[in-house]
Amino acid sequence: MSNAKVNMRTPLKKVRHLGAAKEGVQHWWIQRVTAIAMIPLLLIMVVSVLKLAGGDHAAVVAAFKNPLFAVIALLSILAVFWHMKLGLQVVIEDYVHSEGLKIASLLAITFAIFIVGGAAALSVLKLFFGA
Amino acid sequence: MANVERPLSPHLQIYRWPVTMATSILHRATGCGLAAGTLLLAAWLGAAAAGPEYYAQMQACLGSIIGRLILLGFSWALFYHLLNGIRHLFWDAGHGYSIPVANKSGWAVIVGSVVLTVLAWILAYAWK
Repeated sequence: MSNAKVNMRTPLKKVRHLGAAKEGVQHWWIQRVTAIAMIPLLLIMVVSVLKLAGGDHAAVVAAFKNPLFAVIALLSILAVFWHMKLGLQVVIEDYVHSEGLKIASLLAITFAIFIVGGAAALSVLKLFFGA
Repeated sequence: MANVERPLSPHLQIYRWPVTMATSILHRATGCGLAAGTLLLAAWLGAAAAGPEYYAQMQACLGSIIGRLILLGFSWALFYHLLNGIRHLFWDAGHGYSIPVANKSGWAVIVGSVVLTVLAWILAYAWK
């Protein structure tokens, strides 16, 4: 055998099709889409919440009666909870190595995101439609 | 398994922390903190939807010293994660990878997050 470097690489150094997770760059991409969406959404929400922070309940209700604000709040909830699910998922996948606990944790955050996000969205809708 | 004496990479506490390492770890830490804070935000929304009495109780909780400290941490984490997230988006677009630029943008994010937090709290008290 010659001493020339043998190329040990196989064509598998390149990911084929959608890769091992069968979803390609979907996770990465949605994390970016929600991140970009949150830049304007959260700036509006932060300023609004700062204005509402010192006010009374009537001021909060009045703010959510504005359809534009209610839509911005709902879109913020969607982007925040989706982004949060993707982020927490990566943290769990990085640090939880026992397969059973990992799957249980992933299920738990998925359920928690839908429950808390759904409740937050319902609160906005109640404030918007409420008397 | 561990019988072979291989050279091991030194663990985290051995390194002198470059700012890029601190900002990276802080991004994940603030992300997790924000997830916890979002529960609080959802509770605030729920209290507002439940009516004036619940809202008053929630405001009293958040207005307490502990409540304010949590909100201070939450607001800083939000501004930090927002600014560092924008830094990440620039990297995603292929910009700002050189070490001097990455160091500068790291410090800009740290300073910027503190400035925005102070500004937000000044506004909150001014609008009271």
